[in-house]
Amino acid sequence: MATQVVMPKLSPTMEEGQVARWLKKEGDKVSMGEPLAEIDTDKATMEMQALSAGVLRKVLVKEGESAPLGQPIAIIGEPDEDISELLKSATAAAPAKEATEGATTVPESDATPAIEQKQPAEVSQSTPEVPTDGRGASGGRTPVSPIAARMAAEAGVDLGRVQGSGPGGRIIKRDIEAAMKEAKPSSAAAPKLRPMAMPKAQPGAVYGPSAYRDEPMSEMRRTIARRLVTSLGPVPHFFLTTEIEMDRAADMRQQINTLYPDAKVSLNDVIIKVVAAALLQHPQVNASFQDKTVRYYEHADIGVAVATENGLITPVVRAADMKSLIEIAAEVRELAGRARERKLKPEEYMGATFSISNLGMFGIDEFTAVINPPEAAILAIGAMTPKPVVREGEVTIRQIMRATMSCDHRVVDGAVGAQFLQTFKQILENPLYLFLG
Amino acid sequence: MRDALNDALREELARDPDVFLMGEEVAEYQGAYKVTRGLLEEFGAKRVIDTPITELGFAGLGVGAAMAGLRPIIEFMTFNFSILATDQIINSAAKMLYMSGGQFKIPIVFRGPGGSAYQVSSQHSQALESWYAYFPGLKVVMPSTPADAKGLLKSAIRDDDPVIFIEQERMYGMKGEVPEEDDFTIPLGVADVKREGTDATIIARSLLVPAALKAAEELQKEGINCEVIDPRTIRPLDIETIIESVKKTNRVVIAEESHPFCGVGGEISAEIHEQAFDYLDAPVKRVSAADVPMPYAKNLEKLAIPDVPQIVAAVKEVAYV
Repeated sequence: MATQVVMPKLSPTMEEGQVARWLKKEGDKVSMGEPLAEIDTDKATMEMQALSAGVLRKVLVKEGESAPLGQPIAIIGEPDEDISELLKSATAAAPAKEATEGATTVPESDATPAIEQKQPAEVSQSTPEVPTDGRGASGGRTPVSPIAARMAAEAGVDLGRVQGSGPGGRIIKRDIEAAMKEAKPSSAAAPKLRPMAMPKAQPGAVYGPSAYRDEPMSEMRRTIARRLVTSLGPVPHFFLTTEIEMDRAADMRQQINTLYPDAKVSLNDVIIKVVAAALLQHPQVNASFQDKTVRYYEHADIGVAVATENGLITPVVRAADMKSLIEIAAEVRELAGRARERKLKPEEYMGATFSISNLGMFGIDEFTAVINPPEAAILAIGAMTPKPVVREGEVTIRQIMRATMSCDHRVVDGAVGAQFLQTFKQILENPLYLFLG
Repeated sequence: MRDALNDALREELARDPDVFLMGEEVAEYQGAYKVTRGLLEEFGAKRVIDTPITELGFAGLGVGAAMAGLRPIIEFMTFNFSILATDQIINSAAKMLYMSGGQFKIPIVFRGPGGSAYQVSSQHSQALESWYAYFPGLKVVMPSTPADAKGLLKSAIRDDDPVIFIEQERMYGMKGEVPEEDDFTIPLGVADVKREGTDATIIARSLLVPAALKAAEELQKEGINCEVIDPRTIRPLDIETIIESVKKTNRVVIAEESHPFCGVGGEISAEIHEQAFDYLDAPVKRVSAADVPMPYAKNLEKLAIPDVPQIVAAVKEVAYV
C-alpha cells in the first residue's frame, strides 16, 4: 500500500527541514531502511531512511526546498498503484501544517492529520520521531550500555564501527567483546600486519633519493611542534625501547649464508630490511619535519651509521623496501668499504628517510642515538646476547636484542612510534614475513 | 522455619530476663501460626503475655517497656494489623532515641508474618517492608531460610534499635538446615550470596529467594549463570555486596513480592545506578507484584505474585537472550 514520506524530526530542535539531495529518483526501487534523501536540519545534514518499501512514486518537495515537520515530502508505493488520493491529501496538508508542527512533542494522533485514515499502520511508522532510535540517520544517537561504553574506551574500540545487538541497536557488552576479539589477533593492540608488498626492484636499477609528498601540517601538529621545541631544543627527541627475540632472525641469516656463501648477509642487513618493511606499514614514521608541512617519503631510504677513523658517517641504502636481503648486504658492504676510504659522494650519505645505528658489535646492550635531521627517527641497535627468559612458564635461553628508537616528536607521537616499533619487533621475530607476498 | 523462629525466641528468653513476648494469642493459644509454641509453659505469664486485639495499645506498651529498660518482642498476628500500630512504631519507636537526645534507646522487635498468604485477599496480603524501611530509626529484616530466620531474630532481639522483623506466612513450613552451634547469630546488615554466578545478579528477599534460586537453576540449563543475593536486612542495606556483584555480572533483576511503585526494589535500583552505573550492561529490571490490591480469586492471586517464569524472562531480557 502506498505511503507518504513525511519530513522527519532529525534534531531535537528542528522545526523544518530542507531537502538537500534526493538519493533516489522517481521510479527507483526503495527498500525499508535505505537512505532516501539528505536533509539539512538546523544543525547538520542528515540522512533520512525510507520507512517502507516499494518504488519512489512521487517527489513532493524538490531539492533545495523546505518543509515543516510532518509534511509529506514524497510518496512510496507499488509501481502501478493509484496514488491520486494520497497526492490530494498531501497537497492539501502542506499549507495547513506549519502552525501545528513544532519542536514540542505532539501526540501521535495530532501529528498525523496529513495522512488519510486509509493508512493507519503506516501513520505510526512515519511519525517524525522514528529516526532517533539510533539505527536511524547517520549522526543520530547510538545507544550504548554503560559497561560497553567503558570497555570500548579502555580498549580503544571505535563505537562507530560496532553494530549493536541490543534492543534498538543498543551496543552492549558482548558486542564490545566481539569487537575486541576481532581487533587483536595476538598481542594487545599490536598493529595488524598488512601482507608484505614488495615491489620487485628492476635488475640493475639505480635508485635516487625517495620520492615524497608534502602534506600541510595540521594546527595540532604545529602546536605540538612549537611547544616541544621550546622544551627540548630544535629536534625534540623521545625514546622507545623494546626487547626482541632474535633466534629466528639469526637462524634465517645463517640459512641464507649457507645457501649463498657469497652473500655474507649480516644481522644488520636483516635489520635494515625489516625496518624498511615496517616503514611501509607505518608511513607516518617515514617522514620528516618541514617547517610548514610534514614530508612523507614513498620509499625507505635507510641511513646506516658507519664508524670510520675520521668519525661517523651514514651511507644510505636507497629504496631498501624494493631490494632483497642479498642486494642490501652487497650494497651496505660496498658503501661501508668506500666510507672507510672516504670515497663516498655526498648523495650517497645524505637524504636518508630513516637511520639505523648499531653498536652491538661493541658489546653495547642498549643506547640512544641522536636523530639525523630532518629524519623523523633513528633506531639504536644493541648487542644480541643469550638471556634466560620465561616462555610458557619455563625458563629458557633466547637470543635477546634491545632496540631503542629516538623519535622527532614534532612528527612522530608516542603511540605512532610505539606501533612502528611493535611491527618492527613482530617482523624481526617472524622474519619469514619478508618472503611472503 | 517455624521451629527455627521458636528456637530463637526460646534461647533469647532464656538468655536475658529482660526479654519478654507480647501479642495476640501468643501465650495460651501458642501463637496463631504456632511460632510461640511452648513458651508460656516454659517462661510463664510474666514473660509471655496475651493481649487484647489492640495493636496500637500493645505496641505502645512495648515502646514504654523498652524505654524503661526491657527488651520487648511484639508479635503482630500479621503485619497487615501493624498498620493500626504505625503511630507507635513510626512516631514513638523510630524517633525516640533521636528526640530524647540519645537518652532513650528502644530495643524492641516487632515481628510477625507479612506478604501474601493463600487467598486471604487484599487487606491481609500486603508486603509492607518499604513502609518501614522508609523511616530513619527502624531496622527491617526479612529472612528467607530457617537458618537466617534463627540467626537474624536472635540478633534483632539483642539489637538496641527497634527492628521490624517480617516473616513470610507461606514460608513457615519451609524446611532447612540450621547450624547447631550454641549461640548461632547472623549480624544485621549483611547480605548473603545464596548462589554465585557470573552473567546476571538476581536480588530477592523473603518469599522470592527460593523462586530466584529456582529461576537460576532453569537459566543454568540454558547456559546463563546467575548470582542470587538475599539482602536479608532491608535496612541497613548491604549495598556493598550488591555493588560487588553488579561489577561482576553487569546485569540485575530485582525480584520482590511487594508493589513496584516506591518499593524496596526501586530503592536498590537507584543505589545501583548511583554507585555502579558504569558497570551496567542493561537497565536494572524489577519483577514485582502486580500494582493492584491482592485479588481473592485463586487464579488472579497467582498472577499477581511474581513467579519463576517471570524471573527467568526478566533475566533473559537484561542478558539480551
